Amino acid sequence: MTANTFEQVRAVAGDIFGLPPDRITAESSPETIENWDSMQHLNLVLAVEEKFGVQLEPEDIEQMKSIGAVAAIVTKLQSARR
Amino acid sequence: MSDSTSNSSEGDRNPAHLRVDIDRLIAEHAFDVALNRLTDLWRRDPASGTASFVTAKLGELREQTANSLPLTRFKLAILRSFTVEPIMPLLRAEALSYGIDLEIHVGDFNTYAQDILDEKSSLYRFAPNAVVLAVRTDEAAAELWNGFADLSREAAQQAADRTVRGYEQRVRTFREHSQAALIVHTLEQPAFPSLGLLDDQSDFGQSGLIRQINRGLRRIASDTRGVYVLDYEGLVARHGSRHWHDERKWQMARLPISANHLLDMAREWMRFIVPLSGRIAKVLVVDLDNTLWGGVIGEDGMAGIKVGAEYPGAAYQALQRALLDLSRKGILLAVCSKNNLDDALEAIDKHPGMLLRSKHFTAMRINWTDKAQNLREIAQELNVGIDSLAFVDDNPFEREQVRAAVPEVTVIDLPKNPLEYAATLRNCAVFERLALSAEDQQRTEMYSAEKQRSGAEQNFQSKEDFFRYLEQEAELEPVSELNLARIAQLTQKTNQFNMTTRRYTEAQIAEMAKKPEWHIFAIRVRDRFGDHGLVGVAITRDEGDRCEVDTFLLSCRVIGRTVETALLAHLAESAAQRGRKQLFGWFLPTKKNAPARDFYEQHGFVREESAAAGSRWSVDLKTSTVRCPEWIKLNTSMRSIPIANMPTETSVGGKN
Repeated sequence: MTANTFEQVRAVAGDIFGLPPDRITAESSPETIENWDSMQHLNLVLAVEEKFGVQLEPEDIEQMKSIGAVAAIVTKLQSARR
Repeated sequence: MSDSTSNSSEGDRNPAHLRVDIDRLIAEHAFDVALNRLTDLWRRDPASGTASFVTAKLGELREQTANSLPLTRFKLAILRSFTVEPIMPLLRAEALSYGIDLEIHVGDFNTYAQDILDEKSSLYRFAPNAVVLAVRTDEAAAELWNGFADLSREAAQQAADRTVRGYEQRVRTFREHSQAALIVHTLEQPAFPSLGLLDDQSDFGQSGLIRQINRGLRRIASDTRGVYVLDYEGLVARHGSRHWHDERKWQMARLPISANHLLDMAREWMRFIVPLSGRIAKVLVVDLDNTLWGGVIGEDGMAGIKVGAEYPGAAYQALQRALLDLSRKGILLAVCSKNNLDDALEAIDKHPGMLLRSKHFTAMRINWTDKAQNLREIAQELNVGIDSLAFVDDNPFEREQVRAAVPEVTVIDLPKNPLEYAATLRNCAVFERLALSAEDQQRTEMYSAEKQRSGAEQNFQSKEDFFRYLEQEAELEPVSELNLARIAQLTQKTNQFNMTTRRYTEAQIAEMAKKPEWHIFAIRVRDRFGDHGLVGVAITRDEGDRCEVDTFLLSCRVIGRTVETALLAHLAESAAQRGRKQLFGWFLPTKKNAPARDFYEQHGFVREESAAAGSRWSVDLKTSTVRCPEWIKLNTSMRSIPIANMPTETSVGGKN
């Protein structure tokens, strides 16, 4: 995963969870972010799909268990597309 | 050039910086500025993440200002059969950009029928201004959607009828409990009907029956006040069914719409909410160069600008067609352009590719003044609030300037590609109307013609230029059955420009008309903006070698545009032709006819006599200089008044 992708994921996650991006790390997860519930998970999925122009498969969505994991999945999908 | 300007003005407004800025402004209690920045942010980056941020900050602003934000509050309830929650932040952010603070109530999954039936339901307790009924075909017509192949033709028809009856009942019940607007989604067709090609070979296939249901929904909407149809199929088609749908999200989260089109769903709802909340634009002010036509008229000239049936001019013609459609809906069009007036008017009125002409514009500001000032003047001239104006300009610099100076004006951002201009205008919620009466349209035309005249007048250096621009044509017509009533009415009603204020009945006019010494002149006027109709009357009586002006009047609609001079010139000419040597007339002052007081004097008449009742003025016809102004085309072909045609002639003539 590239630093740029991570930064962008972090910015999107910040918006969705209502946190300043610098409070979000690669390890941030539903355990550390209070309002990361199932509805916010869906919102994060949609925001990521829209932002990066990718389509997340159900398996990808299940694996999105931390911000680092989200960025890794986005990188994977983007390189697969190229 | 314009791009570099726009970049520099947007440079410090990149979305990340704007977010920081907004947090700071809220902390500093600069709430109004923060609100403007939120709108800016949304306009620059209308994405899901941004929407969440905007919604969160709007919530903070509401709380900190105790709900006293300068926004129109609107309560929307959404009854649904699918997941709409991720659309809500987008909808709120989008509403904010129209100055609307949207409060939303979302019903539980598929409880819409109970919610509507139960007058104590959370729906009615919410007291919405509008309710969206967003139900998918798989829920509203489940049998048709899932089990169509198993149904007999009769059973399928009954299923369709049942669906329509269900809607009918719900709408009726809803109206009993609420006066809110109701927006009903039409039902979607399956992408692949259950019988494949066979399905489309009759009107009673799966698709045909769903079409039937949709016709039923439209009928219900047109029969019930405040009920509207949202053409969901049309919406999906505009974006492409394959792109719109997301089967994964449907299966996983009951969300049928793909991430990229959630905003389009929100915007479709806004097309209803904007007119329902009254945040509409009544006037669309357009720029000219590179907006209405391609190129710059002042540099490229008539031959160089692009507008016409062929590419690239076709893009501009398409935009003009969209504007014409708006004007047919009663939206007034106006021009605000930095140009030389003559260049611009020549292009507007003479260019063969133009669909819009001067007559379509109710106000024009073609000058080098800044646009914000011009927009204020246009609002004043048309007697509408500045917030009723929408402004469209290809130049981002002008748009930013207007946004900054008059934030009340709706500024429409044009995409870079002119091919997308027309669709952009057609998709503007501020121009949506949910009802339009014939009167509205009629009023618009009348208003528009008159406003056009006074608007145009201000663009001219001299009155003469304005008169030439008006292209007035006057026609003298004889008294006849057709205009007798109007002539009498004018003598009875005209107060301001009326030299003698003598009131005559139809019978009296008819009596005069058959006497050879009396001459009656009725004048009809039209100009480039429209037909004024019959607006002036003069009556003269020959007496020896003199001719007396008994009556001279003009409707206030055309006063001051030199039609009066044309009419007087014609009286003089006509009297001279009959061998009279002098024309004279009284000015009899009243409380209201001051506008006519100096008329004779201004036209070279000499005061003969002053009396208590008024003054008598005369002019020697040999030396008279009264001429029809060169800018008025006077049609005098009907100068002889055929009293023989008067129906009263035989009977009255017998007594003579």
